[in-house]
Amino acid sequence: MIHARALERRFGDKRVLRGLDLDLGDRETLLVTGPNGSGKSTLLGLFAGLLAPTGGTLEVAVERGAIGYLAHEPLVYCELTALENLDLYGRLYRVPERRERIGMLLERFDLWGARHERVSAFSRGMTQRLALCRTLLHEPRLVLLDEPYSGLDAAGATLLDGEVAALSASRAVVVSTHDPERIDGLDARRLELAA
Amino acid sequence: MTYASDVVALARKDLLLELRSRDTVPAMLLFVVAALVVFRFALPSDASDLAAQGLLWIALIFTALLGLTRAFAAEREQRLIDGLVLAPCDRSAIWLAKGLSVLAFLALAEAIAVPAYALFFAPVDGALIAAVVLADLGIAAVGTLLSAMAAASRARELLLPLLFLPLVIPIVVGGVGASVTEDPGRYLAFLALYDGIFALLAWATFEYVVTE
Repeated sequence: MIHARALERRFGDKRVLRGLDLDLGDRETLLVTGPNGSGKSTLLGLFAGLLAPTGGTLEVAVERGAIGYLAHEPLVYCELTALENLDLYGRLYRVPERRERIGMLLERFDLWGARHERVSAFSRGMTQRLALCRTLLHEPRLVLLDEPYSGLDAAGATLLDGEVAALSASRAVVVSTHDPERIDGLDARRLELAA
Repeated sequence: MTYASDVVALARKDLLLELRSRDTVPAMLLFVVAALVVFRFALPSDASDLAAQGLLWIALIFTALLGLTRAFAAEREQRLIDGLVLAPCDRSAIWLAKGLSVLAFLALAEAIAVPAYALFFAPVDGALIAAVVLADLGIAAVGTLLSAMAAASRARELLLPLLFLPLVIPIVVGGVGASVTEDPGRYLAFLALYDGIFALLAWATFEYVVTE
């Protein structure tokens, strides 16, 4: 699914990633850890295609519509409701049986009751759960989760544990986190990035 | 059909956002009316209608600039452009949808500005209306592209006018020409040509503006 050779990314004079070699299979899970500034988010941005490598080669063998990317920002419109946000992305991603899929995700992430509320009225945890719905809406083959536990309460984190476990059984998953113990139970490869 | 439905979904989103936040259109309306009122008092009483025509175009261009500075505000503030760019739709659909919403906001501002101009300065004829419509198309096409470029920069408030104003000089020339001449056809054709060329350029290059 992902093949990187001598992957490098610079921002001006600052080299964030250097000489990274990596292969990730179709149903493999990769846990990316490292201190702040070590390049975890940059690496996921490269995998998503939002950033271009400044050195080395990177091949992501999946079309962009089959990537689910949970970024630091939730990538949802604050002035739209949860339902309107997911409907917009569902249309753009051509999700079949869109309404049913959206309803199922909202129920699964315990947002059904708030589906007509604007995101600006959501707590940080609710917004993160909506962002997870957006990420998984089109049933991506490659799931990129950047600090997915950020803002989630204990119930939300437990819910996400189950989702990550289910996802890792059926598709390629890359998770970056400060809290690797959280997904210790998974059969995941680890990539430790240095500062 | 999927391209059209993407454009409709994205444009609907922009109109819904404006309807709820009311960030852009009220500011444009207030600005254009205030500018025309100031011009009304700034222009000497014996000034010709030709001078007033020029002032109308200045007011319209700067009103458009005001709207364009906010065109990608929602996408910029929370990096929402990443979410749109990742979607499998043709990225030019983002430009077209945003351009249509800019066009709608401009049309609303002008629905107030043109009658106000007629009230303060001189009657409005068909040539002026046609010139305004054609100018709007060009402004929306070029302005949306430049607004997306500026949104990616930290100096966006400076960058957008620096890029936009030189590029709309032909629109001012065509618009004023069509408004004041006896035979506006030549100027209207010039505006239509400008619209066609720049819409095509913006449509074809938008993808490179929003991706690395």
